[in-house]
Amino acid sequence: MDYRPEVIERLTELWEGRDKGILKGSPELYNRYRAEAFTEFLRLGIPDRKNEAYKYTNLEKSFGYRYEKYFSPRPDDFREAERFHCEVEDLDVWNMVLLNGFFPRGDEGLAMLPGGIWVGSMRAAAKQFPSLVEKHYNRYAQNEKDGLVPLNTALATDGLFLYAPKNTVYTKPIQIVNLLHTTQDIFSQDRNLVVVEEGAQMSLLVCDHAISPQHYLTNTVTEVYVGRNARFEIIRVQNQHNDSGKITHTFIHQERDSYASSNNITLHGGLVRNATWHRLNGENAETHSYGLFLADKHQHIANFVKVDHAAPNCNSTQLFKGVLDENATGAFNGRIMVHKDAQKTNAYQSNNNIILSDTARMDTKPQLEIYADDVKCSHGATVGQLDENALFYLRSRGIDAREAKLMLMFGFAHDVIKNISIEALRERIDHLVLQRLRGELSRCASCAIQCN
Amino acid sequence: MENDQDKLLGEVTSGEYKYGFVTDIETEVIPKGLNEDVIRVISAKKEEPEWMLEFRLKAFRHWQTMKLPKWAHLNIPEIDFQDIIYYAAPKQKKRPDSLDDVDPELLKTFDKLGIPLEEQKRLTGVAVDAVMDSVSVKTTFRETLAEMGIIFCSFSEAVKEHPSLVQKYLASVVPYTDNFFATLNSAVFSDGSFCYIPKGVRCPMELSTYFRINASNTGQFERTLLIADEEAYVSYLEGCTAPMRDEHQLHAAVVEIVAERGAEVKYSTVQNWYPGDKDGKGGIFNFVTKRGICKGDDSKISWTQVETGSAITWKYPSCILRGNNSTGEFYSVAVTNNYQQADTGTKMIHIGRNTRSTIVSKGISAGFGQNSYRGLVKVLGKAEGARNFSQCDSLLLGDKCGAHTFPYIEVDNPSAIVEHEATTSRIGEDQIFYCNQRGISTEDAIGLIVNGYAREVINKLPMEFAVEAQKLLQISLEGSVG
Amino acid sequence: MQSEFLLQIKDLKASIDNKEILRGLTLEVKPGEIHAIMGPNGSGKSTLANVLTGREIATVTAGTVTFEGKNLLEMSPEDRAREGIFLSFQYPIEIPGVSMVNFMKTAINEQRKHRGLEPLSASEFLRQMREKKELVEIDSALTNRSVNEGFSGGEKKKNEIFQMAMLEPRLALLDETDSGLDIDALRIVANGVNKIRRPDTSVIVITHYQRLLDYIVPDYVHVLYDGRIVRSGGPELALKLEERGYDWIRKEADVSEETWTTDRK
Repeated sequence: MDYRPEVIERLTELWEGRDKGILKGSPELYNRYRAEAFTEFLRLGIPDRKNEAYKYTNLEKSFGYRYEKYFSPRPDDFREAERFHCEVEDLDVWNMVLLNGFFPRGDEGLAMLPGGIWVGSMRAAAKQFPSLVEKHYNRYAQNEKDGLVPLNTALATDGLFLYAPKNTVYTKPIQIVNLLHTTQDIFSQDRNLVVVEEGAQMSLLVCDHAISPQHYLTNTVTEVYVGRNARFEIIRVQNQHNDSGKITHTFIHQERDSYASSNNITLHGGLVRNATWHRLNGENAETHSYGLFLADKHQHIANFVKVDHAAPNCNSTQLFKGVLDENATGAFNGRIMVHKDAQKTNAYQSNNNIILSDTARMDTKPQLEIYADDVKCSHGATVGQLDENALFYLRSRGIDAREAKLMLMFGFAHDVIKNISIEALRERIDHLVLQRLRGELSRCASCAIQCN
Repeated sequence: MENDQDKLLGEVTSGEYKYGFVTDIETEVIPKGLNEDVIRVISAKKEEPEWMLEFRLKAFRHWQTMKLPKWAHLNIPEIDFQDIIYYAAPKQKKRPDSLDDVDPELLKTFDKLGIPLEEQKRLTGVAVDAVMDSVSVKTTFRETLAEMGIIFCSFSEAVKEHPSLVQKYLASVVPYTDNFFATLNSAVFSDGSFCYIPKGVRCPMELSTYFRINASNTGQFERTLLIADEEAYVSYLEGCTAPMRDEHQLHAAVVEIVAERGAEVKYSTVQNWYPGDKDGKGGIFNFVTKRGICKGDDSKISWTQVETGSAITWKYPSCILRGNNSTGEFYSVAVTNNYQQADTGTKMIHIGRNTRSTIVSKGISAGFGQNSYRGLVKVLGKAEGARNFSQCDSLLLGDKCGAHTFPYIEVDNPSAIVEHEATTSRIGEDQIFYCNQRGISTEDAIGLIVNGYAREVINKLPMEFAVEAQKLLQISLEGSVG
Repeated sequence: MQSEFLLQIKDLKASIDNKEILRGLTLEVKPGEIHAIMGPNGSGKSTLANVLTGREIATVTAGTVTFEGKNLLEMSPEDRAREGIFLSFQYPIEIPGVSMVNFMKTAINEQRKHRGLEPLSASEFLRQMREKKELVEIDSALTNRSVNEGFSGGEKKKNEIFQMAMLEPRLALLDETDSGLDIDALRIVANGVNKIRRPDTSVIVITHYQRLLDYIVPDYVHVLYDGRIVRSGGPELALKLEERGYDWIRKEADVSEETWTTDRK
């Protein structure tokens, strides 16, 4: 039976009570898009497997729980959040904790970091930078097929705002820790906006944790504007427990001579789907999309990526890898789209997967759609096992078979991790991955629960 | 330089379609339109048994519930299925017993197409079933083949003469519910070839069917059924052409192949239906369902196609690898020039243990052509040791065309190894310059390079087809470079 | 009782896909000896290296191989390595993502564990790396990369010899180590081998050509032909082979071995 009508009915109820809920206390800047977005959501619905982009991803289980939803944070929720301490050693970051998609003391929360970068809540941003927000909000999260994007536009009330004005450079990464900690099952939707203006530079690290054992579903939309000659890097480390679902949609819009990279490292989480859209809107821009997941038990991890070459002389790479064990399933859905006149495009896409058990499964769809002729585009995809020759090479040096396999899997994973530019973080993630491969729980110490 | 290339491109893309003539022959047609009565008429004209009519009607009723598939990367204009003639046959008193009874106009037509129907004129051993519009005109070498127990005849004859074989295998690979066009074909198919190779027999000559659309406003719906019994071998060729007409014509064929234990079937196609003119006017809409099953262990099915014709091509010759150690292959060159569109590829379904499949696809786009590779490699849970390698390359000649690659890889077995690689690029200027420097004109250089690019596939064709295909490539493309 | 031989191969037969490649090979190597095994393509040279290191491509169908009195054929590839057998691969494989440092550290500590020793301290390990790098003239930039990744043919061979230096084997098998090397690289690689060798280190040089033997001078030269050793001699045999090619041995082998044709399948 189709589960969706009931979910849509519940969401519609929620929407109909908007005057008391969503709209109240939410800036007009965001409210003005809601009605149209909700209508669009109703038109598109919750994506099912007939939707090409969700062909191998079934959202039924994730939407199946009766989530408690609310639109404003409760002050006492933050006790736990403030106690949270990220244990990455030597990681020199500017750090902020979001709880269930909200900033602690959200409305006050806009801080200026040394160098002139602003970070804080979306609510506060609408008050302090109305014209800037208006210029960028809901401009890049455009997609005609996925109903979850307009659902977020209709219902999200807060999230992260990051603003690097022209030529500002912040050398430390900005770390955002997304905590889920509640006593009920919740469906949370956060909406983020990152504006990196001309010549500015910024790195963002987003860590997802679920610290209480409830069921969670998160539907995140992040819009990123990378101006001329600007530089932006986003790294996600996803480490929620296996009763949680995490769906992210990240839209990265790049102007000429800019650079952006996205790196999604997925270690835990019941259902995780990361959609990353890169639009190269000006000449000579460069973009990279990376992803790595290690999945076992009944995890489902999907990566969707689309790189739109809308201007000439741009370069892009996509590198996504997965290791699947036990009953895990994985999906990759990637597309390079080269528009007419986007000549001299260089685009590469690669998806490699290792299946370790009889019951794991991987589906992959690497795609090229090309309308310009002077291009170099290629892709490759593999699903298989570890290389026997490499295994023998290691064993011939006295390394035992189990350890050799581990080393190869680690090497396989490191190929993605090595692209993280922050050294301390790279080492930390290497370590987490190694732990995960050894079958140890690769959670951070603050994570209170065992994954099942 | 730019201008020279543009000029060359113009010269080449205006290359004439050589097979565009119309045969002036009296044709028996039924009125346009499709309903149960039309199907009964077709069935009656072919003097079919009741079970055949029932099959058609069942398919037709199902078809009425279906919608034209929209998922392909194609811009398909509205097709009015009531505006098509579903049966057209060159007027002949009856099926000719000997060549002397065949209308000389028809013989001339096939001669002109390079397919002489006189057996003595055939230099190499190729047996031909010549099909014009809705009927088979003549099948050569039938008697020679019959001595070895090989059945090679038109589909209509098979229905009458080998009903049990037809009933056993018809729709066993492509069920009548399979897809919109296959279902339509099941309802209205007119003729086609039937071939059965008995146990242990290696067919001594190439079997081939030549399809010709002649009449206007008609659709062609042929159906081919090819069965290779245990340890049998056959190589089968298929060619097709049509006159130049301003209106689009529909071709919706079904090919089914069954390979029993240890059998091997090679199926080669050189598809050269009329592609339409340089402005995209006219041309055949080619919607074809081709599928083979490697039913028994150690069997092999190999598809080779050179697709240069048709305004729209929509076809995915596939292999169901059910037998253990069975092998599926797909080699394809698809060319789209002017306003041609192609969405073509394959499906390799690995069911049995140690099944192997190879996919080599070479797409070439020029003019305003849109060329897509769409392929599925599916490894089921029990397909221990399955192995696939796919290589899908696209070549772009010009900045108004498009090349697309849509592979689907679904793996449900940890011992499987599936590899897919694809590249998209244009002809390297340095390659052309290298040729120029050695005194080769740009046009010839492109011809050389394109042929080199397609060689891997062309080499899989039987010799005489390979030469034909090479020329065809040259004609449809020479000189186009961006 | 301790055997005087480090390695003893007796009447070894091995097949690949049911095709017999080694057809009764006998060879004895004492500590400190250098043996060269020469032979035309397809004579079974690489299969011998595979069988000795435990690669499961070839199946041993008859014969014995003992290493320091132990049955080598029963051991896993890694145990053979830990016992002191080192293979310099003909085609060293690239392993992206696995750093040379981590790879070498693991290999050395596994070997030490096997011998009942404590793992090396980080500083001691790094000291050894440095020292051995100088010994074989390998660029630090290479050892900072992933195993063999993006190395040229010559760099890969140097890297093999560097690993040999680190692991200090009892028996080194050099499988076509000279192939693909220019004369300078050849000299560096060969001198590296000579420098790391201790008096009791044995070496089996598997090669097609004589030129490596100018640098690593063998005590014995064996000609492998069609799966067995058809001739043994001193270094002069290698020169003769170089001069006269393998046709000479082929003819001679066919004539001189009476059983040749009869036991052929």
